[in-house]
Amino acid sequence: MQRCDLAIIGAGPAGMAAAAEAAQKGLSVTLLDEQNRPGGQIYREVDRAAGPRGAILGQEYLHGMTLTENLCQPGINHLSGAVVWAIEDGFRISFTQKGRAGQVDAERIILATGALERTMPVPGWTLPGVMTAGAAQILLKQSGVLPRRAVLAGCGPLLYLIAAQMVRAGTPPLALVETQTAASPLAAARHLPGALRGWRYLAKGLKMLAEIKRAGVPRYTGATGIAVAGSTHAEAVTFRIKGQEHRIACDTVLLHHGVVPNTQAARSINVPHVWSEAQQCFVPETGAWGETGKDGVLIAGDGAGISGAMAAEFAGRIAALKAAEELGRITAPERDRLAAPLFSQHSRETAVRPFLDAAYPPYADALQPADSTIVCRCEEVTAGDIRSYARLGCLGPNQAKAFGRAGMGPCQGRYCGLTVTALLAEANGQTPEETGYYRIRPPIKPVTLGELAAMEDPSANAAE
Amino acid sequence: MEAEYAVIGGGVVGLSVAWGLLRRGKRVTVLDGDDGSFRASRGNFGLVWVQSKGMKQPRYASWSQQSAAAWAGFAAELEDGTGRSVGLRQNGGYDLHFSEETLYATVAQYDALKDKLGGNYPFEVLGRNALSREEPQIGPKVAGAILHHQDGHANPLRLLVSLAQDVRRLGGTVLNGKTVTGVSKPEAFKVQCSDGTVVTAGKVVLSAGLGAMELGPKLGFKAPVRPQRGQVLITEKLPKMINRPSLIARQVDEGGIQIGATNEEVGLDDGVTQPGLSGLAAEAIAAYPALARAQLVRSWGALRILSPDGLPIYQESPELPGAYLVTCHSGITLAAAHALFLPDWLEGTAAAPDLEVFSEDRFPVS
Amino acid sequence: MKTVSPFLELADDAPRVRVWFDGQPLDLPAGANLAAALLAAGVQVFRHTPVSGAARAPFCMMGACFECLVETGGRVQQACMLEVEDGMRIARPYDAEANDAAL
Repeated sequence: MQRCDLAIIGAGPAGMAAAAEAAQKGLSVTLLDEQNRPGGQIYREVDRAAGPRGAILGQEYLHGMTLTENLCQPGINHLSGAVVWAIEDGFRISFTQKGRAGQVDAERIILATGALERTMPVPGWTLPGVMTAGAAQILLKQSGVLPRRAVLAGCGPLLYLIAAQMVRAGTPPLALVETQTAASPLAAARHLPGALRGWRYLAKGLKMLAEIKRAGVPRYTGATGIAVAGSTHAEAVTFRIKGQEHRIACDTVLLHHGVVPNTQAARSINVPHVWSEAQQCFVPETGAWGETGKDGVLIAGDGAGISGAMAAEFAGRIAALKAAEELGRITAPERDRLAAPLFSQHSRETAVRPFLDAAYPPYADALQPADSTIVCRCEEVTAGDIRSYARLGCLGPNQAKAFGRAGMGPCQGRYCGLTVTALLAEANGQTPEETGYYRIRPPIKPVTLGELAAMEDPSANAAE
Repeated sequence: MEAEYAVIGGGVVGLSVAWGLLRRGKRVTVLDGDDGSFRASRGNFGLVWVQSKGMKQPRYASWSQQSAAAWAGFAAELEDGTGRSVGLRQNGGYDLHFSEETLYATVAQYDALKDKLGGNYPFEVLGRNALSREEPQIGPKVAGAILHHQDGHANPLRLLVSLAQDVRRLGGTVLNGKTVTGVSKPEAFKVQCSDGTVVTAGKVVLSAGLGAMELGPKLGFKAPVRPQRGQVLITEKLPKMINRPSLIARQVDEGGIQIGATNEEVGLDDGVTQPGLSGLAAEAIAAYPALARAQLVRSWGALRILSPDGLPIYQESPELPGAYLVTCHSGITLAAAHALFLPDWLEGTAAAPDLEVFSEDRFPVS
Repeated sequence: MKTVSPFLELADDAPRVRVWFDGQPLDLPAGANLAAALLAAGVQVFRHTPVSGAARAPFCMMGACFECLVETGGRVQQACMLEVEDGMRIARPYDAEANDAAL
């Protein structure tokens, strides 16, 4: 059994920054991450992105190298390719690495599990050829692979970023089908004064839009009724604008309408969550340091609520200082002194967020999909099925899961959870908060029975 | 009065009783809990099981047999009403043994029980080779099995949703999200809920699982039930590899292999633990070695509702006549009996089953 | 397979190794992400679902959605979490059943 002061789950910006900060303060750190190389999704494979790929992805991506470099220091045990499947009180973390189960005990935990793309269930979205926009970006970052004939559909800054990167790579998308209306930026305008503190983000956004326009990529805004056509593979995107039907033939459809915190790990250990009306998702309840309703568990980065990569870095360092203080490596006044500049940088990085949330609201048709649209991809449960379970008395997603298997497949509800909550809330006339969320239990990622059995301690066999 | 019966508890036990009353034309209101309630109906193993039950009380064995025998008709009627199959398979089931010693010790007990049941206890012993012919994936550590022909399994979640649907089709009222706080009987029963809802009814059935721990004494029952945790595993969907269910593992109709279960006295903690999962995984692999490569996709802990002797409790309240306690740990096996036979007992008809041994008289006054 | 891929591969000088997907030989970059390499090689359908037999392919590329499940090394695993290794034999899981159902 390995022991450490601090276990950090996730080697993205928050986790990497937290690991470096904590190690510098004398904590023994175990950093567990599913990928073979550090970076998370935002800085995926950044260490190998030299040359043309680096140029396509841009300076902000290459910034990730400053974080990966800092992982090579004594005090950090980076377990790469380690898939965490259980966290138990104590804390004891069980994981799988190269087909073998392992465990590590830690005094404190920082969850830096990042974000998932907000699910965008539209007709045809389970067809091969339909991916998330983030998936396309990962293909580019990690593998230098790009879709030749793609349509991007949805909304939000990431949609522009991937479009601009595709332009730079010489394979511009066939079109951007955007769901925000002219009214959304107006609604967002009242957040502009705050957002100007984060002017770099706004300037970057305008630059990307100019790049996309220069490349002659058509943009459609205010799209509704988005669907993917095709029998065995995506063949076209169809949609309506002001009552007029459009159809764009393509091979690949990239969907995106924002990101939401990946809360699986936090929920599996009963960290309390609340509904965020601004971000239209559940977020863990956290304090300024990332502390949660569960003693000893801190959350940093997008997993605590979407704030972006730079903010995640500062949040990671702040959480690490809190852990160092709790474990007696620094005093509370030292912690506060060291954290003060981090708090102000963090606040500057998050200033643009209310503007972005208002300017790019989630695509309404995907929050309340039509009856025939699949919402649980694993078990192939439709929105209509969920509504029928509401009529049979399901007030929350756990009874609906029992009634119709939504959330029971291998993704364990990651991609249907928020939709099922939204559908039940609407059908029952309740708030998402009242409706609640799936109870998440281990294994939070699948593990083979063989690996589990190999961990058995015959002296403590609970099976009999 | 709005209902002839108020059924407290909308799990498989409560809904089975409600369904049985409704099909006899009774007006029934079911009061169900919320999304996060402890619900054995969502966590059970799904066996429709006879063997090993009632070793010390033959009436429990025969009651289980009566229910198992009535299950096919019950399932067919539910399917007619809902258009949904509950996945019933009654082709027998195994008690797997890893040593001949335990196998034959169990056989001796079964023989004794068989005598008490007048010979109606159809089981056979399969040695290693015979078992391998029936179950090619069985592992070398398995010494043999008892194949009991009255055993089987069903899809317990589809039973739950089918009952929820058919109770409504039959005109039942189901109130969800209710926490019953008290029951009084000025003339008719008044069932009070925490949100102010009051249901009046001629009779009350308390089938609230662990909820009976608190509500039971308020209605004049001893209700000596306690939670016992069972952890259960289920794998990814796999090609057909297990023919008949056993107490160790069964292949569910959707393809996953369900593995269970622990027996843990841990109060109201329904969590899962790595040692619990590992122990179950090891036992399942010992029985079916190919499972070592299968991915575990879900696990859960559920709380059994156990009486001191493990048998059901069927009791009319001595203080509030017309109030009945119905509780058991085998809500799936007994669903058919609860739906088809228990209404006669509640109504006091000539066809009422003899449930005397299941009364609370067997428990000392606390 | 190669000629029809909807995906473009930026120049990659990694040495190629031979793998088999559904019995077909493919030469993929050693050490590459398996899901990405299969997409670039023109593989469009990674599996058929055990529920309805519907075709599926990678969706999230980050280990969360489980759409890219393939069978390799005797286990069903996420292709997006694996790297290409020389001699890998990769099959579509559940396909035997889907074929049975079609008969």
